[in-house]
Amino acid sequence: MGECIRLEYDVDGTNFSSAGNASESVKRTLKQMGVDAASVRRVAIAMYEGEINMVIHAHGGKAVAEIYPDRIEICLQDSGPGIADIDLAMKAGYSTATENIRSLGFGAGMGLPNMKKYSDEMRIESTVGVGTTVFLRINF
Amino acid sequence: MAVTLKTVVLDSEKCIGCITCMRRCPTEAIRIENGKAKILYDKCINCGECVRSCKGGAKRPVYDSFDLVASYKYKIALPSPSLFGQFNNLDDPNYVIEGLLALGFDEVFEVGLAAELVTDCTKKLMENKDLARPVISTACPAVAELILLKFHELADHMLPVYAPAKIAAKLAKKQALEKGVPADDIGIFFISPCPAKVYSLHKEEVSETKYISGVLSQSDIYFRLVDKMNKIKNPRKLGKCGYSGIGWGSSGGESNSLGLGNYIHCSGTRNILELLKEMSDGKLDGGADFVEMNMCPGGCVGGVLNVENPFIARNKMRQLADKMKIPPATMAEYGLDESFFIWDKVPEPSTSFQLDKNRFVAMQKLMKVEEYLKKLPGIDCGACGAPTCRCHAEDVVMNGGTLDCVKLEERK
Repeated sequence: MGECIRLEYDVDGTNFSSAGNASESVKRTLKQMGVDAASVRRVAIAMYEGEINMVIHAHGGKAVAEIYPDRIEICLQDSGPGIADIDLAMKAGYSTATENIRSLGFGAGMGLPNMKKYSDEMRIESTVGVGTTVFLRINF
Repeated sequence: MAVTLKTVVLDSEKCIGCITCMRRCPTEAIRIENGKAKILYDKCINCGECVRSCKGGAKRPVYDSFDLVASYKYKIALPSPSLFGQFNNLDDPNYVIEGLLALGFDEVFEVGLAAELVTDCTKKLMENKDLARPVISTACPAVAELILLKFHELADHMLPVYAPAKIAAKLAKKQALEKGVPADDIGIFFISPCPAKVYSLHKEEVSETKYISGVLSQSDIYFRLVDKMNKIKNPRKLGKCGYSGIGWGSSGGESNSLGLGNYIHCSGTRNILELLKEMSDGKLDGGADFVEMNMCPGGCVGGVLNVENPFIARNKMRQLADKMKIPPATMAEYGLDESFFIWDKVPEPSTSFQLDKNRFVAMQKLMKVEEYLKKLPGIDCGACGAPTCRCHAEDVVMNGGTLDCVKLEERK
């Protein structure tokens, strides 16, 4: 697989405004590598949506980004409630977010669909009561 | 053409090597070397934050001398809207215009008037749904430079029109030529509230048609202007700028003039960095039509070449705007269309933050940075002369040498 830059982050599940910190740091690295703007934007959006999901649904988790010369692989892992029906969760507009979360402008049911839209590969592994792992690959 | 224009220089005698400016710099463009603050000009956006924060007055803004004006036969002054907020008890903008004429200018072209025309052009462009939303204003040159330097992913959201000062210069020159003034006689001088506009107006002359002959500082001409204004009794009605144009001098003026409901205006370096970060994560996609950002707190009235406190100036401008009943100027009135305003060429994003042109080499360097980061304490104390531990790690990787950290020394 070759050498990569591995970046790890703890996503704080209690703080909405800290969601995006991992995305921010990854963006800096990509820009310093000279990755094109369109790819940086795809990574930023996909990763931010992933972080927000972990804050909204799973009280936080862990984000690991592995950056290769031609791609980034992101693994978002949480020990939250898990997703009962992944196909349903992938539908645009479907959300299990509470009214409180929606009133903050989140929970529109676009998180997972956007992550899929902006990535070249997306895999979800989830067990109810155990947690969810989302794997994303974005080619530059 | 590589021309380094310096709009801020250091007075080494006065610099005590404190880390205030380095901390406040929004682009991590300052280091402390041998006890003195050094600006890395390839990362500087000329925002003036270091001038604002320097306690000892060691950061000196650079602008053109007023003496330069006399070297032209036909002199045109371009006062910015914020200039009108600098005077006590000013109830008529024409005192400022008469004052500038008394200073020796042959003509005054208000930048506020150009701003009204930019508004009219922006309204037309906003009808085009292909323009990436939210559209980001490019009127503040420091914000435009910041996007090109650190937020490339938002570059396609930038409104592709020239800032009002440039439009004022272009139009003033066009009108003077039409009047029959020989091109070589025309001297056009913008009176600037900030170093960023000094930079941007000079920079554009490097590659394009020359419109601006010099950029003066509001603080530099202030006392000579007040002296002339005090002698004026009944000013003529010369001003063409109305309430809409003068509003551009403070944050929100530009977006207000567009008559859009769904907009954001934001000012101050920290606030802007936060907002750009959110936008870069896609948080505003579909969430706003227009975003106006001014690097200085409160907008152009907050620029470091002003005299008055920004918030006091803002109030004065508001009082004055209430008396300026002239409706906003339109492109049609001046026989112009959008082509007069749109950029001749799209500005190139800067590569100053890239660690290497070769991605593989850059990656190797970044791995080294990560390795150093694991050793450094991460407290961003600034004692090494870099604003953050990360910057120090990057500096060592890029420039060679070894980690120089007081905390690491302590541990030994």
